[in-house]
Amino acid sequence: MSVAVRNVGAPVERIEGREKVTGRAVYAYEHDPEGVAYAAIVTSSVARGSVRGIDAEAARALPGFLGLLSAENAPSLPGAEGELAVLQSPAVAYRGEIVAVTIAETLETARQAAELVRVDYEAAPHDVVLRADHPELYRPEKVNPNFPTDTEEGDVDAALAAAAVTVDETYTTPTEHNNAMEPHATIAFWEGDGLTLYDSNQGAWNVVQAIAKAFAIDAERVHVIARHVGGGFGSKGTPRPNVVLAALCARHVGRPVKLAVTRQQMFTLTGYRTPTIQRVRLGADRDGRLQAIAHDVVEQTSTVQEFAEQTAVVTRMLYASAARRTSHRLVALDVPTPSWMRAPGECPGVFALESAMDELAVACELDPIELRIRNEPDIDPESGNPFSTRNLVECLRQGAERFGWDGRREPGSRRDGRWLVGMGVASSTYPARRVGSTAHGTAEDDGTFTIRITAADIGTGARTVLTQIAADALEVPLDRVRVVIGDSASGQAMLAGGSMGTSSWGTAIVKACERLRAGEAEVHVDTGDDDDPGEGFARHAFGAQFIEARIDPATGEVRIPRALGMFACGRIINPRTARSQFLGGMTMGISMALFEETVVDPALGGFVNHDLAQYHVPTNADIGDLEVGWIDEEDFRVNPMGSKGIGEIGIVGTAAAVANAIYAATGVRYRDLPITPARILSTRR
Amino acid sequence: MRPFRYERAADEPGAVVAVAQPGAKFLGGGTNLVDLMRLGVESPSLLVDVTRLPLDRIELREDGGLRIGAGVRNSELAADSRIRERYPALAEALLAGASGQLRNLATTAGNLMQRTRCSYFQDVTMPCNKRIPGSGCPAIEGEHHNLAILGHSEHCVATHPSDLAVALAAFDATVRVVSPEGARDIPLVEFHRLPGDEPQRDTVLGAGDLIVAVDLPALPLAALSRYRKVRERASFAFALVSVAAALEVADGRVVDVRIAFGGLAHRPWRAAVAEDVLRGEVAGPEAFAAAADAELAAARPLRDNAYKVNLARAALVQTLEELAA
Repeated sequence: MSVAVRNVGAPVERIEGREKVTGRAVYAYEHDPEGVAYAAIVTSSVARGSVRGIDAEAARALPGFLGLLSAENAPSLPGAEGELAVLQSPAVAYRGEIVAVTIAETLETARQAAELVRVDYEAAPHDVVLRADHPELYRPEKVNPNFPTDTEEGDVDAALAAAAVTVDETYTTPTEHNNAMEPHATIAFWEGDGLTLYDSNQGAWNVVQAIAKAFAIDAERVHVIARHVGGGFGSKGTPRPNVVLAALCARHVGRPVKLAVTRQQMFTLTGYRTPTIQRVRLGADRDGRLQAIAHDVVEQTSTVQEFAEQTAVVTRMLYASAARRTSHRLVALDVPTPSWMRAPGECPGVFALESAMDELAVACELDPIELRIRNEPDIDPESGNPFSTRNLVECLRQGAERFGWDGRREPGSRRDGRWLVGMGVASSTYPARRVGSTAHGTAEDDGTFTIRITAADIGTGARTVLTQIAADALEVPLDRVRVVIGDSASGQAMLAGGSMGTSSWGTAIVKACERLRAGEAEVHVDTGDDDDPGEGFARHAFGAQFIEARIDPATGEVRIPRALGMFACGRIINPRTARSQFLGGMTMGISMALFEETVVDPALGGFVNHDLAQYHVPTNADIGDLEVGWIDEEDFRVNPMGSKGIGEIGIVGTAAAVANAIYAATGVRYRDLPITPARILSTRR
Repeated sequence: MRPFRYERAADEPGAVVAVAQPGAKFLGGGTNLVDLMRLGVESPSLLVDVTRLPLDRIELREDGGLRIGAGVRNSELAADSRIRERYPALAEALLAGASGQLRNLATTAGNLMQRTRCSYFQDVTMPCNKRIPGSGCPAIEGEHHNLAILGHSEHCVATHPSDLAVALAAFDATVRVVSPEGARDIPLVEFHRLPGDEPQRDTVLGAGDLIVAVDLPALPLAALSRYRKVRERASFAFALVSVAAALEVADGRVVDVRIAFGGLAHRPWRAAVAEDVLRGEVAGPEAFAAAADAELAAARPLRDNAYKVNLARAALVQTLEELAA
């Protein structure tokens, strides 16, 4: 099956754009159920130990105080596990964990009450620092979501020993936080044993399942609504403890309850990217052809539940090499549980691998693009399957042409006033997957069509793109289609994550629309058991990131005047929203390279910087001329639209391209992110 | 945040009387104080709003200098043509600070009174001698990459965050204060304190003191001045190091110079040692670097902020080279 192109490929404006910029789009916290009360979270100030007692006398005396929940009085959550087992035990597993919640008539009173609560702790020694030689390192059973922990093919050690040219370096990335603009927020209310949640999330269906399990109630009794979501970057892909807590509070006071996580609390309660320590070893012949790749990763999880980021998985497929080895080792520290952050795995992994490839190009005296072309595999090195489409080389070549790559000079040789100038490149890739989803379609009496699917638009343009897909599948103009998303009543569907949203939802929508077009008035489809046209193929999106960097070696200031991302992501359904997605990813990648770092205080056991004044993301002044391009590609082995996901690939490779550009400018290699003035001035040249 | 009362002062004496009540604080633009109240760092029981006092003008003084009303907004001050022409570093310092929206709110006096952005100070769950004297300073062993290298003590290594104050320190400004005892003038360089064993006291002001103006002397030298701010991103971040400098060169030699650093200490750091070294010297990179080294010889970096010594040196040399060019 395939779709006649009319709306797909057109730069359609966001359907809800006007609503959003005029402030009329209603986000989770802005709903206003009658009788709503407010909750405020109290978090632990020790990193390990237990709560001995809670003194809430002053809080209870406040006019308008409605209630307080702690491990002393919180109802049992029979099915809750890990971070969702909120207030189920007095044990404290990390600094900033939820230890109590106050509920009051107003937000002000709830927050004042939370401040007045005195918590007495039995503190225990904590361990919050990730080290490559940590004695408690262990090998997890699998890495996120379900990849083998370690892989090995060929004799890596022998191939490294025999290689004419080798690189053996360690790269590190720090703790990073998603920091969506809209904080995690929930309004919960119960009607009997039925629970309704207005919630900011990336997948209402997943929230239903997790909450139903936690409360041991029938999933059909849980209704989750998320019409508009102000960003997530993975942190809203799984329900966070605030959702459970809001439902507990609502049950406790018998009223609807609003609960928003504060920006400061977001740093401990809503997930983050694990810090990584990555050793990469490359062995090549004199011509730069890889003989061996080893990528060994050390990263952290919590004592609450395991999250094992798949950092080295990308190294299994990006380049050809007869001998390949990857491994992941974890240590469970007294820290919050890491989770998904835009391109988990690929993003930090490609920073290390593509920095190492740049070092190999230097060692082989090869142009970095030529090195990559020489190591382009014919088939997926991991599975042995052919690629459905793989246009990495095309992205590198077209990108080089557009970016003026031939103007590259010797490292450290180009100066403009106080600035050293250089260009860097890195490959980018992300899996193109999809998951079975359900959709409803209705042919209305007035000749319009309504499609219902539990999709989420977290600022990506999903609502608009799905409307385009539906209109083309129905062969009708856009204005005859209404796509209703963000409501779990529409049934099971993929969440907005893993760059799988549009691919998964669009496939279900095409299937529903084909039946509507054939004359049915009301359809319900499920793509869960459908044949996969891409069976036996390796499916990935590819890209090439180009960066120009300027560095003042005296002050350590770095500026990025120019960047180009060239992508091969199947058919681009909406150039306007796609461009925005790529730009956003690249901006976040530059941010990762230069700014983002959550600092841990080893003695106090917590994150030190936990707001947007102290945790830096770029300002407009930091982002220069960003250009996005894509090459013509369509891939019907991924989905009937011929598209691939684009939400994450924009961030992959950007940080490596920045580090490689800084090397080209200065002749100095920075292997630890972020590359700040302090780091530049503290590194011996 | 705790409940608090709000009063709007009608005149200076009324403001001074109102703030004498226990737990009272003056409210200017509120761009720092209100944040700190939300964080629980500050919990005044009364806010005395002084933004309606007639302190919103910039006037020419008899000596040819300028009197900047305490309530003049940062954006207005930065846009004032006399400031831009006669004290360009001051306008540059203002524009290097915060964001457009914040500058529209923030006042001249409020800018001087803002508190350190040290992470530990702003987190009530952590110890901090400035917030709770005697509780300890975790920054000394913890996160301090952007804290002090000069003038700090075993009790506090915080830095003062103002850009404006750095330029004012370079230009010999004075702060005019009224209290029930009358009016007095405090040199800007003596207005902020070093932490010593009382890090909770940022300034020399006493309870009930109201800043009414900042006076700038006529300083012809200031017409050739620059403010250079080095920070981790290109905008909307506090300085790692900043420099305000004015330079007068004749026949290749330094006739007069004014230098102050930001981001290095608990107060704007007037670089009197560097100025003395430079006067009479041949204007050039060697003399500029020697002056920087002489000033920074007193630096006592912490584990992770030694880079600031080189950074301050580089920023000063670059700024003076630009001025000398």
